[in-house]
Amino acid sequence: MNTCAQTLVNPSALPAVASDSAPRRLPGDLAIWFFILAELLAFGAFFIAYAFARANNVELFNAQQLALDRNAGAINTMLLLTSSYLVVRAVQAAEAGQGRGAAKWIVGGFACGAGFIVVKLFEYAAKFAAGVSLSSSTFHMFYLILTFFHFMHVILGLVILAALWNGARKGRYGPGNMNGIETGAAYWHMVDLVWLILFPLVYVMR
Amino acid sequence: MKYSSQSVAMPYFIAAIGLFVGQIIFGLAMGLQYVVGDFLFPAIPFNIARMVHTNLLIVWLLFGFMGATYFLVPEEAETELYSPKLALVMFWVFLLAGAATILGYLLVPYATLAEMTGNNILATMGREFLEQPLLTKIGIVIVALAFLFNITMTMLKGRKTVISIVLLMGLWGLAIFFLFSFYNPGNLVKDKFYWWWVVHLWVEGVWELIMAAILAFVLIKVTGVDREVIEKWLYVIITLALVTGLIGTGHHYFWIGTPAYWQWLGSVFSALEPIPFFAMTVFAFNMVNRRRREHPNKAAVLWALGTGVMAFLGAGVWGFLHTLAPVNYYTHGSQITAAHGHMAFYGAYVLVVLTMISYAMPLLRGRAANDERAQVCEMWGFWLMTISMVFITLFLTAAGILQVWLQRVSSTPMPFMAVQEQISLFYWMRLWAGVVFAAGLVTYLASFFVKGESKPLIHA
Repeated sequence: MNTCAQTLVNPSALPAVASDSAPRRLPGDLAIWFFILAELLAFGAFFIAYAFARANNVELFNAQQLALDRNAGAINTMLLLTSSYLVVRAVQAAEAGQGRGAAKWIVGGFACGAGFIVVKLFEYAAKFAAGVSLSSSTFHMFYLILTFFHFMHVILGLVILAALWNGARKGRYGPGNMNGIETGAAYWHMVDLVWLILFPLVYVMR
Repeated sequence: MKYSSQSVAMPYFIAAIGLFVGQIIFGLAMGLQYVVGDFLFPAIPFNIARMVHTNLLIVWLLFGFMGATYFLVPEEAETELYSPKLALVMFWVFLLAGAATILGYLLVPYATLAEMTGNNILATMGREFLEQPLLTKIGIVIVALAFLFNITMTMLKGRKTVISIVLLMGLWGLAIFFLFSFYNPGNLVKDKFYWWWVVHLWVEGVWELIMAAILAFVLIKVTGVDREVIEKWLYVIITLALVTGLIGTGHHYFWIGTPAYWQWLGSVFSALEPIPFFAMTVFAFNMVNRRRREHPNKAAVLWALGTGVMAFLGAGVWGFLHTLAPVNYYTHGSQITAAHGHMAFYGAYVLVVLTMISYAMPLLRGRAANDERAQVCEMWGFWLMTISMVFITLFLTAAGILQVWLQRVSSTPMPFMAVQEQISLFYWMRLWAGVVFAAGLVTYLASFFVKGESKPLIHA
């Protein structure tokens, strides 16, 4: 944390590009890490709020949790994990100097992310048909707010992946120029990470 | 000054400072009315003084934003202003309309003013901060449209930078959200919605874009840090500001008849609103630490850093203090709100406008920076105003805590006016802090008249 604070105050201490003399290089841009920190704070605040609300309403939360579609959630977890893996492969490809090869991995990652959106839309449609709404119960409110907030992040992540794909296709990334692809990948992994906490918390843990 | 048309900013800045003085005079009068209730009664009762105090603030900040834009956009776009003449005509229209409105408040009973200005055709008056007569509101829209036309045309013919795009987004948002002030539904819940969509979406939404853009511009100029670095931070800040600020509107929906989930949405998102302000603090100090040049205008650097710190404290920390629904249940509409309002407006918007004026005024007067003695005087103004504002905020916070306790938490709650009597000591202390603030303002004004050797004009 201390070093983190120092870099925030004086990022000139950070090398702008990778160099052999600096083994602890920050992958991606400092600004995205600040952004990711803010995002995690936002989700963290919601998770804490969820915990407090659940503590006052354990039975309601447990009962309504059972009605959620855990299969859809599990499929989506697989999709996001696979997607993250494919994006890691893209970053590795770029680092190995195969900038254009990275584009293919990114397409795979994008497809999995798009799959997440489709599954989620079916899940929402079923829930709305069953009368779930922001006002139907405290649990439903948290379920909708948390998953929808995350859903919006997946969409933003897909936009970022599309931009990375475009850049990779044009051969913009390589061993000397990893900043862009690492920055985008870091964001996508954050989206994945949040889901890995959100899914067990809202769908599974009782 | 690189482009001669930037000079239209000068009258806007002068008017802004003039109206600022008016705002403080009425602030002092009200500070006294808090403890000497019949001071100036019946000539200027408290409700009128308050309306003048808040309306002058909004109008002078708008003058400041417009002046800042007229200075900033030609330089960013690297071209002369589309029409300097239009800018000057609109200056006089806005100034006369503003002055007529204030005189209307002071000289005519509010109901009569409403009758005289067509409120029976379209009722828009009577809502806090949006008290302006229909004619004034229409005038504001015309001035805003002419201003946006002028600025947009300038940008279209010149270089488009991230700073000017963010600034323009903020200004268009400002104008568009103002249109909600023309709709005054009979349903009280709806009425509150539209009212907040002006008030909140201004100060906790689009104004933050304007503020971030102006701050970024001044920081580039005084530090010489790469534009690319500053633009990146700008993206992060405005994204955070918009996401937290837009959904954070929910913290005004707690007790106005909206569904209960707003208490969660409003609490969580508005609790995150300090983040963009914290980012601005980090950003300002970061840029100054990485500076590539020692700009001769040290006062401007001080104002910029002051903006970063005071905006975070006033808007961020003091906002967070009472934004969570379970806390706000007790503190709603107490002196805690007043404490937050004072430091937030001063820290974020007053300081950012004064930052721009501090940077631009010497250039508009044909020099890179003022004489050392003038700058020292200006910096005294900064410290006197800023420290006294901190005390105003602390005294109001103390008054607010006591008020909430005596009036709402205690097992034997006291009536409002009895509580006011109990906390009057804090109101007296706030008044004295206000007097020091006024002294700081006079010192600041004096700095414009300190003569001395001026720094040569260098083109940065």
